[in-house]
Amino acid sequence: MKGTNYIKLEFPSRSSNEGFARAAAAAFASQLDPTMEELGDLRTAVSEAVTNAIVHAYPDCIGRIAMRMRIIEGSVVEISVRDWGKGIEDVKKAMTPLYTSGGEERSGMGFTIMGSFTDKLRVRSAPGRGTTVTMQKHISPRTIHE
Amino acid sequence: MEISTSFDAGRLTVFLGGELDHHEARRAMLRIDELLDEYLPRDCALNLSGLRFMDSSGIAVIIRVSRRMQILGGRAWIEDPARQPQRVIDAAGIDRLVPIAMSR
Repeated sequence: MKGTNYIKLEFPSRSSNEGFARAAAAAFASQLDPTMEELGDLRTAVSEAVTNAIVHAYPDCIGRIAMRMRIIEGSVVEISVRDWGKGIEDVKKAMTPLYTSGGEERSGMGFTIMGSFTDKLRVRSAPGRGTTVTMQKHISPRTIHE
Repeated sequence: MEISTSFDAGRLTVFLGGELDHHEARRAMLRIDELLDEYLPRDCALNLSGLRFMDSSGIAVIIRVSRRMQILGGRAWIEDPARQPQRVIDAAGIDRLVPIAMSR
């Protein structure tokens, strides 16, 4: 599947970069003229994926996070968030609603929200080697009424 | 993010504004804890009408306030959530745990 446009970003796992990642995702997706709701959903999903990497992949250190976005099939935004951190032992368990191994500022709803706000969610992880979360969201073409 | 309050007849309303993510959540929790300790309210409304963005970190803040109000023997609820926070609340299903009041 060939992408028509893409970006690659890399940033350290500092929580101050959560807002930056959301803003970058929204700015990239805006070329497809999304609705406010679609844009809000993308920002939310990206925020969850990047926060997971910051909190869970690198709990005791600052590590690398790579975010890639591309447009595929003309109207689908694909976002992947990759880290090289500690990885997830049991992906299925980690995706269970309300399950969290994070602190009290985490609710255990991150993957649930990523899944709800995108059309496709894939999580690949290997303990000690890192995690890649890939999400796709279709942006509906808008009809112009004259 | 911005936090402001009003207090009337035992009811504390906490207005959350701006963006509530993991970066802001701890500071928000500590500030709300201080407010609950200071006012010891009977009821606490979390007004989300000015919240432009919230992710699941906001859910953790809401659940924490609800639990703290239960310990105080009071009630907590969400008031007038803006559209994006409302979608996150719906996706997380926490309206089963914390009621939502719409004044508009």
